[in-house]
Amino acid sequence: MSARADRVPGRARREGRAGLAFVAPALGLIVVFFVLPVVAGFLLASTDFDIYAIRDLATARFIGLANFAALLHDPVFWKALGNTFYFVLVGGPLSVAVSLGVAMILNARLVRFKGLFRTVYFAPVVTTMVAVATVWRFLYHPRFGVLNQLLGVVGIAPVNWLGDPHWAMPAIILMSVWKNFGYNMIIFVAGLQSIPGTLYEAARVDGAGPMQQLRHITLPSLRPMLVFVSIITMIGYFQLFTEPYVLTGGTGGPLNATLSLVMYMYKQGFRWWNIGFGATVALVLFLIILAGTLLQLRFQRERE
Amino acid sequence: MRKLAVAAALHLALAIGAVATLLPFAWMLSASLMQAGEASKWPPRFLPSQATLANYRALFERLDLGRCFLNSAFVAIVSTAGALFVVSLAGYAFAKLRFPGRSKVYRVLLTAMVIPAQVAMLPMFLLLRTLGLVNTYWGVIIPALAPVFGIFMVRQYALSLPDELIDAARVDGAGEFRIFRTLVFPLLRPILVTFGVFSFIGAWNDFMWPLIVLSDERRYTLPVALANLIGEHAEDIELMMAGSVLTVLPVLLLFLVLQRTYVEGITMGGVKE
Repeated sequence: MSARADRVPGRARREGRAGLAFVAPALGLIVVFFVLPVVAGFLLASTDFDIYAIRDLATARFIGLANFAALLHDPVFWKALGNTFYFVLVGGPLSVAVSLGVAMILNARLVRFKGLFRTVYFAPVVTTMVAVATVWRFLYHPRFGVLNQLLGVVGIAPVNWLGDPHWAMPAIILMSVWKNFGYNMIIFVAGLQSIPGTLYEAARVDGAGPMQQLRHITLPSLRPMLVFVSIITMIGYFQLFTEPYVLTGGTGGPLNATLSLVMYMYKQGFRWWNIGFGATVALVLFLIILAGTLLQLRFQRERE
Repeated sequence: MRKLAVAAALHLALAIGAVATLLPFAWMLSASLMQAGEASKWPPRFLPSQATLANYRALFERLDLGRCFLNSAFVAIVSTAGALFVVSLAGYAFAKLRFPGRSKVYRVLLTAMVIPAQVAMLPMFLLLRTLGLVNTYWGVIIPALAPVFGIFMVRQYALSLPDELIDAARVDGAGEFRIFRTLVFPLLRPILVTFGVFSFIGAWNDFMWPLIVLSDERRYTLPVALANLIGEHAEDIELMMAGSVLTVLPVLLLFLVLQRTYVEGITMGGVKE
């Protein structure tokens, strides 16, 4: 450190200038294509910007919180909000639990072919969501779908997965867990490997069974990672869009049973050009994600 | 004996999971080789009675999906190449060059990652419209050129580069950009490969933003084209499966070849937290 501190001032100035120049392209792009749009999003949400305003900006008016008020009285918004929470609160924990379970099996000392299993489980993560959802759309076909055929083998009557409002969201959750669990699994495997084996040996000497080891060693050691994974998963799951879009042909049906907040924003903003209203939906999504993140961080801090 | 039983049970569970994971892919591939209408015959069959490439031929000849394939490749390659440049410069500067406001700006960038991209989409569309970039490849590419997670990845890696090496080059009178180009960039290679794979796969798979920006069918990327086709060809299961194979194949192959670097990239973010 001291070697750097006593450098000639001219060189420090040059380094500072170079640093600014090197981050300039990134910061410039981020400001123009992220910061400005986000700020503009807040402003748009307080206007009645619509298809006419695209032609002539002067027709857009400032309407304060009127969009929010309209949102609160919009039953479709509440439906989309409920669906999104359904997906996040059921699908998120399920996906994290499956990831953790598979990671623990993969990490067991007795298991062979770890690399092979890891590759197989991870493959859905890198594949294109649209293609995957196209395949699942047919797997879910009530008559010819592979899923109902398998259920038929064990004597379960066919389910109209994507046609029945009660089953459509579970179908989306099932597909999402299949697609995503490999990602968090990789993170958990790395975490499990970093727990010192001596901890488990000491626990065994003290007579702790597998369940006690899980509760008193594995889970506490993984806690910071669990928080990280939960937050990342939650943020991602709140942005549900492609899955229902492809599985339901862009409708969010049946009877809006799979309409998510992002899909509603897309429909309002980009299909019907109610841009001010769409921006309000996006803003609500942001506030919810922010609150969720802060809540989880707070929960983590209280536990410590 | 008990150990053997446990090992057998664990492997059985893993094998069932592997079959469940691979089943959709297997069915996709199998159905893509079936003759038209065969996938929706009763009783259903899992393998084609006689494998045919007719569906793939139809994709290229009738639906011009080869063009969309090239669109996807262009968008993914150009946005990855551009992002590699932007992100390596910024990541290195945030790690190694001292400039006013450095740590503050970096913290703000990381915090901003909680803001969902969807918040920016409507205003960004209006912005691109004013710039004349709607319905162009650049409208998809440019907003993707400075991903914060890429800056984060490069910075984490660049922190481990030895200061002495960089200082020695300065003493030799090399300018900062020359140091970056000839010394730092080659040293960053491993992390840039990792980021490049991430970026390419992400850009190839991206759906929502290309769906919004691209309105001309001839400019569609593969995912957008596929989602569009399913509307008209919902009953042509075999054709849609061939389209899915075509869409998935490049990223799956890339992953299989470079999976070690890809997996390292994921654990980087998770473990260090």
